[in-house]
Amino acid sequence: MFELSREGIEFVKKEMTRYETKRSAVIPCLFRVQKENGGWVSPESIAYLAQLMDVPERWVQEVATFYTMFNKQPVGKYHVQVCCNISCAMAGGREMTDKICQSLGVEEGAVSKDRRYTVSRVECLGSCGTAPMMQVNDDYYENLSADKAVKILRELE
Amino acid sequence: METKLLSQHYDKPEYVSLKGYLNLGGYEVLKRALKMEPKAIIDEVKASGLRGRGGAGFPTGTKWTFLPENGEPRYLLCNADEGEPGTFKDRIMLERAPHQLIEGMIISAFAVKSAKSYIYVRGEYQMCIRKLEKAIREAYDAGFLGKNILGSGFTHDMDVYSGAGAYICGEETGMISSLEGKKGQPKLKPPFPAVQGYLAKPTIVNNVETLAAVSLILRDGAAAYRKFGTEKSPGTKLFSVSGNVKKPGVYEVPLGYPLADLIQVECGGLDPGRRLKAVIPGGSSAPVLTAEEAMKATMDYECLQGMGTMLGSGAVIVIDDSNCMVDLLKVIMHFYHHESCGQCTPCREGTGWLHKIVHSIVSGEGRLQDVDLIPRVSRQMMGRTICALSDAAAMPAISFVEKFRDEFEFFVREGRSKVKGHLHA
Repeated sequence: MFELSREGIEFVKKEMTRYETKRSAVIPCLFRVQKENGGWVSPESIAYLAQLMDVPERWVQEVATFYTMFNKQPVGKYHVQVCCNISCAMAGGREMTDKICQSLGVEEGAVSKDRRYTVSRVECLGSCGTAPMMQVNDDYYENLSADKAVKILRELE
Repeated sequence: METKLLSQHYDKPEYVSLKGYLNLGGYEVLKRALKMEPKAIIDEVKASGLRGRGGAGFPTGTKWTFLPENGEPRYLLCNADEGEPGTFKDRIMLERAPHQLIEGMIISAFAVKSAKSYIYVRGEYQMCIRKLEKAIREAYDAGFLGKNILGSGFTHDMDVYSGAGAYICGEETGMISSLEGKKGQPKLKPPFPAVQGYLAKPTIVNNVETLAAVSLILRDGAAAYRKFGTEKSPGTKLFSVSGNVKKPGVYEVPLGYPLADLIQVECGGLDPGRRLKAVIPGGSSAPVLTAEEAMKATMDYECLQGMGTMLGSGAVIVIDDSNCMVDLLKVIMHFYHHESCGQCTPCREGTGWLHKIVHSIVSGEGRLQDVDLIPRVSRQMMGRTICALSDAAAMPAISFVEKFRDEFEFFVREGRSKVKGHLHA
């Protein structure tokens, strides 16, 4: 069963009074849940947060399903998101995604066997002048080539 | 030539910190502004002709005057949910000059008499969020935020809110829904946010660049600001240039600047041997310009509107002759289909259909009548929905087919791209 850490619970309590209404805290708290749940939000973790915040479960469910940054499926330790929108597509973002998947031996959107990677194509990340690029968990890597991207990903600890 | 009014100090790393910002004259305008009448600030912004830099280009000062005078609490909301494909100027501003935005916001909040503001930042910009949170703490410690700011009697609190990956939250009513902790679906206007916004209270939503420009206008005066730009598009603007240019990046130039110069001079032109094919002048929602049109365009609201397109967020995407326009339209349509919030049928269904049609063409399964089906479906999506996302998908679709029809027809007839020689499935 999922439970937040003690710090996580403290965080939720603080967020609940940080904004004008408690409901505004759902998004930031769900981010925290995702972080502590290995990068995704499971149905149990959603129910847990609703109970912890004492809000209707549908409030959390609504947010979890509407926003793309909440992963509804498990992801690898490194969630690699490659932008394939227009400027990145023109700079080879799509080919780079294929090459990354091939080199790491992982299917797009799936978790690799060693659970290290999930590679997804995403929409514009605001890095159009430094295309192609990828986001690995919270961090941006820009001005990439497929080889450079694969090298960076292999060298992550 | 670049005219760095806002971006003057962006190349100085110390500008990020409060100390560096103060050393370069930061918060001096705030000190003066707090001694002015709020109405005088609004009048100055109105006189400057500043237009919203997020995309719609609505006059900022006029927007502020829509607030009702009923003593209700009102909110100021900074739109930093930069998501229009091709746009990355707000990110640069947040990364390099968080205090510039904060100062502009405090002045704006004072002008519109707001005690609380939020900066809604797209969730992917984690680095910007951390920098903003730090800068806000610094501003509180220095007495620029909180109770009785600099002894003026004005009290203002500011906080950051992270989005979670939804383009639609860049639409102001969608953003308000999201800040309330709900799914970010836009609401029908009227009532406009200035009357009924966040928590049904009067709310002003302005873009990062707009709010930063407010302190610039107060520093130099509306008349000085108007020396740059055109009559209808005063001032400078940050343009995010990407695509097939040698030096992509963010460039600040006066509005009315020739697009040809922006590409040739600021961005160093195209790669050797390449020919310009098209330019999207204002983010992927803006109708595309042919190379010929682009060479005649100036970067201001009125010229681009006259050419059937728009300045939008100032995202210039330069496309050379190595690109297949059918393929690029597929990328754009995939985006709008993915980002449609789903509440209005013309948008939910229309963006899906447009994506399917273009996808079938690039997969070699298109029929000749599909080429006309694209503008036909598009026209039924326009002006029929709660927000502008539906139009934002329809407008580029129509323009791509109208201006590059031969590439679409070739693809259908030959079953391969005219440019690339193969499918794009």
